[in-house]
Amino acid sequence: MEKNILLGHGSGGRLMHSLIRDLFIKYFDNPFLAQQSDSAILDLPPGKTAFTTDSYVIDPVFFPGGDIGKLAVCGTVNDLAVAGATPRYITAAFIIEEGLPMEELERIVASMAEEAKKAGVLIVTGDTKVVNKGQCDKLFINTAGIGELETAHAPIGTGEHIAAGDKILLNGPIAQHGMAIMAVRNFGNFNTSIQSDCSCLNHMIREVLDTGARVKFMRDATRGGLATVMCEMATQRGLGVEVNEEDVPVDDNVRGMCELLGFDPFYVANEGKLVMVVHPEDAEMVIQTMKNNPLGRDAAIIGELTGNHPGKAALQTAIGGKRIMDMLAGEQLPRIC
Amino acid sequence: MKYIDEYRNKELVKNLVNKIGEIAHREVSLMEVCGGHTWAIQKFGIPSLLPENVRLLSGPGCPVCVTSKRFIDQAVAYSRMDDVIITTFGDLIRVPGSTSSLDKEKSKGADVRMVYSVIDALDIAKKHPDKKVIFLGIGFETTAPGTAAGIKNAAEQQLDNFFVLSSHKVMPPAMGALIDEGVKIDGYIAPGHVSTITGSGIYADIPEKYGVACVISGFEPVDILQSVYMLLQQINKQDYKVEIQYSRTVKPEGNPLALKIMNEVFEPVNDWWRGFGMLPESGLGIRGDFARFDADRMIAVEVEETADEKGCICGEILKGLKKPHDCRLFGKVCNTTNPVGACMVSHEGACNAYFRFNA
Repeated sequence: MEKNILLGHGSGGRLMHSLIRDLFIKYFDNPFLAQQSDSAILDLPPGKTAFTTDSYVIDPVFFPGGDIGKLAVCGTVNDLAVAGATPRYITAAFIIEEGLPMEELERIVASMAEEAKKAGVLIVTGDTKVVNKGQCDKLFINTAGIGELETAHAPIGTGEHIAAGDKILLNGPIAQHGMAIMAVRNFGNFNTSIQSDCSCLNHMIREVLDTGARVKFMRDATRGGLATVMCEMATQRGLGVEVNEEDVPVDDNVRGMCELLGFDPFYVANEGKLVMVVHPEDAEMVIQTMKNNPLGRDAAIIGELTGNHPGKAALQTAIGGKRIMDMLAGEQLPRIC
Repeated sequence: MKYIDEYRNKELVKNLVNKIGEIAHREVSLMEVCGGHTWAIQKFGIPSLLPENVRLLSGPGCPVCVTSKRFIDQAVAYSRMDDVIITTFGDLIRVPGSTSSLDKEKSKGADVRMVYSVIDALDIAKKHPDKKVIFLGIGFETTAPGTAAGIKNAAEQQLDNFFVLSSHKVMPPAMGALIDEGVKIDGYIAPGHVSTITGSGIYADIPEKYGVACVISGFEPVDILQSVYMLLQQINKQDYKVEIQYSRTVKPEGNPLALKIMNEVFEPVNDWWRGFGMLPESGLGIRGDFARFDADRMIAVEVEETADEKGCICGEILKGLKKPHDCRLFGKVCNTTNPVGACMVSHEGACNAYFRFNA
């Protein structure tokens, strides 16, 4: 193979075919892809199907705890899983900047394959385009995904059964992904041990659903962070949200960096954190189930839904004060002094 | 986390709140004049813990908020020049000028870069010798020494493409002006980080000339509550003085090294504050010795005519005469996504903090 990506790798000719054969088919290896037809022909059981898509643009493409490929698989798997679906098939479309070292692309593709295998999904079709140098930043990936959805779990995605008194659960410490990216992007010499939490949550979610617990709603707290999910829940369901700051886990290294820069971890992005709304009687059982999975080791009940202050998310601060949480307007910016 | 959790200890907070309740005998208005305090007070929900007769007011402590519109307009004009790179602290990017903002200019192709310190701006200047790199110097005595060090550094390295547009300000003139204008303030929660640089002497007029209590406070909940308690003690005894609550950082004499650099590079000038107008000797201008780094002197540019405020009451909010909710734009036309006034832009701004934490 060539050492760097050339425009010809997206041209439809020999270069592209060798890229597909020696890279994508080699790593993603499955019978659907091997057919190399324009469409993957899938077998889906009767019933409901969940379908999602997302594009990934991240600088840098390799970061502590992951890379753009892992992120693309996890993001789509999680979007399906939080809708209550079992992720089955995903697609992968690459827009690559001319000159990208082949070795980097291979590492990214290998990482996608590994993550897909762990999550139990197949990458069944894809696309490659190469653009002139400077027209994209190294590599953009789009993934779409299909999952099977049991009828009983269909209301989870919309949260239509959420009621006052339901408990709000979180599977672990927040703000790791955003601060890991921040550290490498802006402070190359910032010596931190912060790792992105980028991970596929579908197995842990399946373990919870299999207990028969009354799960009313799930969402992964990605961009906009935990606070944004809380605000969305309050406005969309017309209920009040109450969160206890003390119960929300934040690792010390992440907290330290947030303090230093004046960031609020509640608004920092996550890539492996799940908010789950559960019937109060089932909350403890769900926490125990989450804790049995490494991705839910620090799971906690962080708050509840209430009939008070409908449409608003309130935070009981760690010192015992009370205030409102609002959505983030733009990007969080470091404070001046 | 060490040095954080101790100052957010729930039991300590509870004790302090109880003690404040015991000595809060009458209506008092306490003003914080540091955006960091405004932010911390709202973030931790401190007003919800205080007795009703202890009122906290937010003063002109957010550097972005008091920066004049004319300054933004000038930065915008510079950003439109082909050979200029604007480097700035992030908050300033979104502040609306008369007809544009740095944000909008950036989307049209201007080279506007967010930096974390003046050192980043120097690095950019070194990497782009063919460009003029202008650092927007804003902030009080806390950030001014950093900018001064940057200018000295540029002089030592003979960087001839690094410039500063200074809107640095000093705090005491505004604190005096507020009382002169008749704002009812019983005590000042004085800024901790400004005082780390300046020491406590700069506030001597507050108790002596104006008879107003003054406590230099840290930024954690326990710091702020202890400062409120100390202010109430001064007020009850009518024994007004400058006290340092934030003694783990603030020394009465300040930081002599930082002061020396600041005074070497900057000199007091009359300066325009949003909401106040011109305040004598309230700004920091670049001294003649360093004129070649002064963007205002060295890079001529035509600046548009400054437009009037559009119904904003930023001025009265900055003076603590009104609360954000009193503004008819607040939360409606003016919100964090679409700020009309500067107070809504920076997360240290009173309107921004009220909008996010109390809306």
